[in-house]
Amino acid sequence: MIGFGDDRLAVDVASSVGYILPMAAHDHDHQDGSNLSEMELRVRALETILVEKGYVETAALDRIVELYESKIGPHIGAQVIAKAWSDLSFRQALLEDATKAVSTLAQVGRVGEHLVAVENTPQVHNMVVCTLCSCYPTDVLGLPPVWYKSFAYRSRAVKEPRAVLADFGVTLPAETEIRVWDSTAETRFLVVPMRPAETEGWSEAQLATLITRDCMIGTGLPKKPSEVG
Amino acid sequence: MDGVHDMGGMDGFGKVDPEPNEPVFHHRWEGRVLAMSRAIGVFRAWTIDTSRYAIESLAPAIYLTRSYYEKWFLRNQNLLIERGLIDVDEIAAGHALRPGKKHGPFTLADVERVTRRGSYGRPAPALARFKIGDRVRAKNIHPKMHTRLPRYARGHVGVVERLHGAHVFPDSVVAGKGEDPQWLYTVRFDAQELWGAEADPTVKVSIEAFEPYLEHV
Repeated sequence: MIGFGDDRLAVDVASSVGYILPMAAHDHDHQDGSNLSEMELRVRALETILVEKGYVETAALDRIVELYESKIGPHIGAQVIAKAWSDLSFRQALLEDATKAVSTLAQVGRVGEHLVAVENTPQVHNMVVCTLCSCYPTDVLGLPPVWYKSFAYRSRAVKEPRAVLADFGVTLPAETEIRVWDSTAETRFLVVPMRPAETEGWSEAQLATLITRDCMIGTGLPKKPSEVG
Repeated sequence: MDGVHDMGGMDGFGKVDPEPNEPVFHHRWEGRVLAMSRAIGVFRAWTIDTSRYAIESLAPAIYLTRSYYEKWFLRNQNLLIERGLIDVDEIAAGHALRPGKKHGPFTLADVERVTRRGSYGRPAPALARFKIGDRVRAKNIHPKMHTRLPRYARGHVGVVERLHGAHVFPDSVVAGKGEDPQWLYTVRFDAQELWGAEADPTVKVSIEAFEPYLEHV
């Protein structure tokens, strides 16, 4: 087990050998690549140690980065939502057990446990937050954006969600219920936005172009057909 | 613990500032920190809960001033040292000074299982105490160690909306007492119950609450 004292000790020990240095002010981009930031150096050192000790292979780390940069992202969620907009029985299955329903989609494959889909209606708008850390449905949306992890979002989403929506340029009718889901356990929430008007006859691929990351978190609305022309 | 990480309802952090066309990582090192975190995860030297607690346990001034991935880096380094997987003198040297323990290596073949979330559902140890529709109060408790009951909900009355089966209980894991699975509920609160009569009457907020956090009203 670890205790509060133990963790603090680790930080203190680190400080005493001088490898915890003020870094926020130093950590900025050096576009020419010739002057590595302090964080870059510290992270490289730790990676070197882990590789030299035989714990990790560099190629495996490369692959994880590559997956999150190019394979695991909000386009997955957009495919799920487009399907839910097009196929009523899939929509019902998604709302019943999102992990199971999403895992049946050949283009997505199996996703992690405890995924919960919550649907927006003309009466209710859903919004997802993690006030305690950064819990996010990564299997279907990729890694969370910085704003989702920001202190401003985490502190305000549960107390003044309409004001937070205004920061995103979203205004909802005064009578719409705002339903905020705080992800305080291993359940993960995916918002199923309302299908925009004037999309009758659209294919799933066309519909997916309207579906933004933010509308699946609940801080945005899908694009209108006129916006994707 | 009543730490700065428990931010729901705090004021003073300003507007939310979404970045258009945000990259997945803003610096190359952020991706490396994430990848190392995932890779080390398979050694089972710590769990998702202990790793969260390690970040919560950073001094408040560090928590509030370091970026997200800087905190992850500190967490990784601290836990690796604490678990004896690396040593402080190696950090100072920037190189391994002695062979690793038995873990690893984490290879390409291991990547897929760390990029999909695991399962935290467990067989239920007993019948659920609450059912959907029950009015419940989040207990007024202030554990000194890790808990997932946010401060803003404590002492307030809500309604059980969903039942998720039994899940690994983070409070127990971090206390070194094992998984101790507990029923997990979605409990919904009116914003006015949480924030007072001035709050927006159209807002409802839910938390995911483990059974030991709740009591009958």
